[in-house]
Amino acid sequence: MPESRFTGARIREQRLQRGIKQTDLAAAAGISPSYLNLIEHDRRRIGGKVLLRIAGALGVEPQLLSHGAEAALISGLREAAGRVKGGAVELDRLEEFAGRFPGWAEAMVGAERRSAELERNVKALSDRLAHDPRLAESIHEVLSVVTAIRSTASILVETRKLEPEWQARFHRNIDEDSRRLAEGAKALVRYLDAAPGSDADIRSPQDELDQFLTENAYHFAAIEKRGAAAIDAVLDAAEGLTLPTARHLARMHLEDYARDAARLPRATLARALADAGCDPPALASETGVDLPTLFRRLASLPEEVAGPVGLVVCDGSGALLLRKPIAGFAVSRIVAACPLWPLYRALTQPGAPLRRTLLQAWRDARPVRAFAVTEPLGPALINEPPLLRGYMLLLPADAHAGDHDTPAPVGTSCRICPRQDCVARREPTVMQDGF
Amino acid sequence: MGKQVLLIEDEPNIIEAISFILSRDGWTVRTHSTGRDTMDVVRARAPDLIILDVMLPGRSGFDILADIRADPAVGATPVLMLTARGQRKDREMAEKAGASRYMTKPFSNAEVLAVVRDLAGE
Repeated sequence: MPESRFTGARIREQRLQRGIKQTDLAAAAGISPSYLNLIEHDRRRIGGKVLLRIAGALGVEPQLLSHGAEAALISGLREAAGRVKGGAVELDRLEEFAGRFPGWAEAMVGAERRSAELERNVKALSDRLAHDPRLAESIHEVLSVVTAIRSTASILVETRKLEPEWQARFHRNIDEDSRRLAEGAKALVRYLDAAPGSDADIRSPQDELDQFLTENAYHFAAIEKRGAAAIDAVLDAAEGLTLPTARHLARMHLEDYARDAARLPRATLARALADAGCDPPALASETGVDLPTLFRRLASLPEEVAGPVGLVVCDGSGALLLRKPIAGFAVSRIVAACPLWPLYRALTQPGAPLRRTLLQAWRDARPVRAFAVTEPLGPALINEPPLLRGYMLLLPADAHAGDHDTPAPVGTSCRICPRQDCVARREPTVMQDGF
Repeated sequence: MGKQVLLIEDEPNIIEAISFILSRDGWTVRTHSTGRDTMDVVRARAPDLIILDVMLPGRSGFDILADIRADPAVGATPVLMLTARGQRKDREMAEKAGASRYMTKPFSNAEVLAVVRDLAGE
C-alpha cells in the first residue's frame, strides 16, 4: 500500500494546524526543509525513524500519521468509487482525501454501504414479486380472460352478417368472461392488499438463512474439506446474515452439515451415485447411512454431482425448516403448504419411508419423484411419543427410473389451489371459476 | 377442403374465438386443450400449422414444442406460440425451442390472422 503518500498529506495537515513552519519542523526532525517539502507533497517515501522524529516534533502519535484505521476507510472509499458510474473520481487522490477529511470520508463510506443495502432490499422484494406463484398465476388468468374478451368482442364488431346463433353465443361468452375478469381483479386486489412486505418485517431471520443457503447453492466446500473447523470462517464471510437469530440458525445448519459430511463424505457419496444413480434407497443401503442423513447430503451436493435435488424439512408442527426448491414444484416461502404432501403424511407413520410421484396443480408444474421419511429427535424415552422431523426429498420424475405411476395430484397452498372437493382444504381458494 | 390448423390452448373462449375467425378465413380448425397426449394428436392430425399456448395444464408448451421439433414426421410444421407472459426470457426460450413466431396475450384477431396467413405462405 502506498502509505507514504497518505502520510505526507497528513504531516502537512498536522503541521499547518499547529502553525509550524516547514523549516522549523524540518530542523526539529533533523532533515532538510526541501526534503520535508518533498515528503509533504508525496514525492518521497518516508522511513520509520524520520516519521518518529516528525511525530515527536508535532507532538502526535506516529500511527496518526501513518496507516491504521484509515486502511479500512480507504478500501471503503475505493469500493464507493467503483460503484460511481461515469463520474470522474480522483482515485489518485483517494488517500489524501481520507487523510485530510476522515469525517467526510467516513460519512461517504457509510452512505454508500446504506445505499448498497437498500438496493439489496429492493432486489429481494422484486424477486419476491417475480417469483410469487400466486401472483404470477392470477396475472396469467387475468390476461387469458382479457384475451378471450378482446378476441370475442372484435368478432362481434367486425364480422358482417354474423348469424344470430353465433352472435348469441359470443354475447354469452363475453358475459361469462367479464364476470370472471371482475372476480379475478378483485382476487388480485385482495391478494396485493395482504401482500407480504406491507408490514415492516420484510426480512425475517428465516429469509436471511434462505438467502444465505441459496447464495451458496446449499453447498459448503470448505466444510466438506475441513469439517466443523471451517464454520467460523464461512459465517464470517456471510455478509447477508445481519440478524443475530439468522446467524444462530445458520450456525446450527452448518454444524449439522459438518456432522453429516463426516458421516457420509462427498467422495463416498459421489462413488455410490456413479454406481447406483440417484436412487435414494439403493444409495442408503450402499453407504450405510439413514435416509434423513442421505437426503441432507444429496441436497448439499453441487448439481453436477447429484443432479437437481429438492428438499423440504418440517418439524412436528408442520413448520417448514428448510426449503430447497426444484423446478416444477412450488414451495411457498410465505404461506403454509399442502397437507397432501407425503412430507406430512410420513409424520403419521413414523419410520416408514414413502415414495410417490407428485404433480401440483399449476401451469408450469412438473411431475416430481418424492421420498418422505421421518427422523426422531433425541433419544427414545419411556412413555413419551417421539418428537419427529419430516423430510421430503424431491427429484425430477424420470420415466426411465421407473416413475410409471400416475402422479398424485397435490397442491401448493390452499389459497391458490384450484382442486375441487379436496378433503384437506383449510380455506377457500381465491381462484374461483378457474381463478 | 382448406388447410388445417391445430390449436392447442386451454382457455375455452379463446378456442372458440380463434376457431371462428380462422374458419371464416377458410381454415379447418382442430383443437386440443391439455398438455397431455399432445404428440399423439399432432401426429394423427399432421396439421399444416400449429398454434400452441405456452402454459397448458399437464405439460409446458416449450416441452411440447421440443417434442414436435424432434419428430421427423411433423418437425417442420410452422408453430405460432402464445403466451400471457411477455418477458424476454420467455421469448428467448420460445426461439430456442424452435417457435416460428411468438405472440403475447392479449393479441388482436387481425394480428393472429396476419401471422397465420404469413406462416402458411412461407
